[in-house]
Amino acid sequence: MTTITENTVPAPPRAIRDEMIVFVIMAALLAIVPFTGLYPFFVMQALCFALLACAFNLLIGYGGLLSFGHAMFLGTAGYCTAHALKVWGLPPMLGILVGVAGSFVLSVVTGYISIRRQGIYFAMITLALSQLLYFIYLQAPFTHGEDGIQGIPQGWMFGVLDLSKPTVLYYVVLVGFLAGFLLIFRTINSPFGEVLKSIRENEQRAISLGYKTDQYKLLAFILSGTLAGLAGSLKVFVAQNASLTDVEVAMSGLIVLMTLVGGLGTVFGPVVGAFIIVAMQQYLAGFGQWVQVIQGTIFVACVLLFRRGIVGEIAHFFKRSL
Amino acid sequence: MQALYAQLLVGLINGSFYALLSLGLAVIFGMLNIINFAHGALYMIGAFCAYFLLNIAGLGYWWALLLAPIIVGIFGMVLERTMLQWIAGLDHLYGLLLTFGLALILQGVFQNFFGSSGLPYAIPDQLRGGMNLGFMFLPIYRGWVVVFSLVVCIATWFLIERTRLGAYLRAATENPTLVRAFGINVPRMITLTYGLGVGLAALAGVLSAPINQVRPLMGENIIIVVFAVVVIGGMGSIMGSIITGFALGVIEGLTKYFYPEASNTVVFVLMVLVLLVKPTGLTGRAA
Repeated sequence: MTTITENTVPAPPRAIRDEMIVFVIMAALLAIVPFTGLYPFFVMQALCFALLACAFNLLIGYGGLLSFGHAMFLGTAGYCTAHALKVWGLPPMLGILVGVAGSFVLSVVTGYISIRRQGIYFAMITLALSQLLYFIYLQAPFTHGEDGIQGIPQGWMFGVLDLSKPTVLYYVVLVGFLAGFLLIFRTINSPFGEVLKSIRENEQRAISLGYKTDQYKLLAFILSGTLAGLAGSLKVFVAQNASLTDVEVAMSGLIVLMTLVGGLGTVFGPVVGAFIIVAMQQYLAGFGQWVQVIQGTIFVACVLLFRRGIVGEIAHFFKRSL
Repeated sequence: MQALYAQLLVGLINGSFYALLSLGLAVIFGMLNIINFAHGALYMIGAFCAYFLLNIAGLGYWWALLLAPIIVGIFGMVLERTMLQWIAGLDHLYGLLLTFGLALILQGVFQNFFGSSGLPYAIPDQLRGGMNLGFMFLPIYRGWVVVFSLVVCIATWFLIERTRLGAYLRAATENPTLVRAFGINVPRMITLTYGLGVGLAALAGVLSAPINQVRPLMGENIIIVVFAVVVIGGMGSIMGSIITGFALGVIEGLTKYFYPEASNTVVFVLMVLVLLVKPTGLTGRAA
């Protein structure tokens, strides 16, 4: 009753080996993207969302905490990075650090507030907090309200990498994504991750075993929010703007949808889900509001028919952990 | 002072909608263990029902007040029978995700056909005009909304807390298996409860149509505010939801007068403060 995900395969050494193999394949495939003629901006955007969905999945899939406001970290880091690059004129690396620091501070504050309640209340609180932040950003002068921050300079990373070249930018984004992904992968296979899973399965028992579950949940929340912020910072270089759409409830819903489609609580599910949903957004862009109807239908279909998600179903079929 | 009273009245009206919506959410959560994210969309459909009844069937406001909750209630019961009942034993969060998807579908469909702008809905003749109360001018329709919502809220409270049917309902919330063993059809009660909850949302939609116009996205923001209201008040008590709903509406109205910049955010800020001081919500019981 307490577990949201049906993908609860324990992780013996073989599972970790399987996952490492898939990781190497994924990294190799992503590394050759610039030579395949695929539109690099599409893949970069998908990578940012994939990192975002992985960060979200760390909370829901391993901690059992459904955050319905994860867009606030994406948007906050985006605004911080954009402001640092454009107004302060900082170099890209420092701009990313400012964005990540912004989302770190935000996740400490919002985490401290929201982990006070569990389950369904946690979801409602994170949703309300992100809406609070949306209204603040709508009125705050530095975000330029409805216009957003436009025309952000991409600059030179470390003074040598020209980020206005798509291929260079692609590899920078890829390195950011893989670093974030490995950090999450390491976390869920660490003793900390095991405690987190035990909290998801049965929080009362974890408390009775002497774990201070609030601290574990807060730490997971901060890690998740900060990594979501990294995704937001990277996205600024790709999109060259930071706008209110990144803080909206619809964006938070999109993050949930990506993870749900790929498979809650799977290692690679959020990546697959992010690519599918971003591709869908691109191809259906001409359909106007029907995109929203289609997204809703996918939500309903996923919850009713295949709760394991794509990667979860595959893993279940082959009896592997992915 | 005039402006202050006017904002207080607006606050009371918003508070009526918060109370009706959070009441429905609490009743549904009690029986189905689902947070109904589609509540805002069904509130919107209630308003559209009134609009269609007037423009297609020629039935006015009073008929809409009766028929819209019934139509939306039946629609809700169909949703419950065809979808929600299949996820009954699962984690609560699946209910949230499923109803979020439903909300996207419903709002998307209405946006396709009606855009994002508002459709006008006239105040019924009997409730036009206003009264001079000496200290302020009271538009009759606005006074009607507050009084009628209060009556409906108290009637719902009475139904659940003071009648035999309500006793069955409360018993089934505590222990459905045992209540079934006594020969009471719990699944049917669950369906009816969902119908009642979304019917209340539709009623709020009809009441709001003449004030706020009929818009496909009218339920999108209000549902998040109502979530905050529910976090503040807790879903354990019916009376708690009613009082919290009205109180927060009034506080929001006062904020509009004294510090308008914060009127959008005040409910969320209050939620944060309540969580810091009393994490279980004002009416107490832990989830």
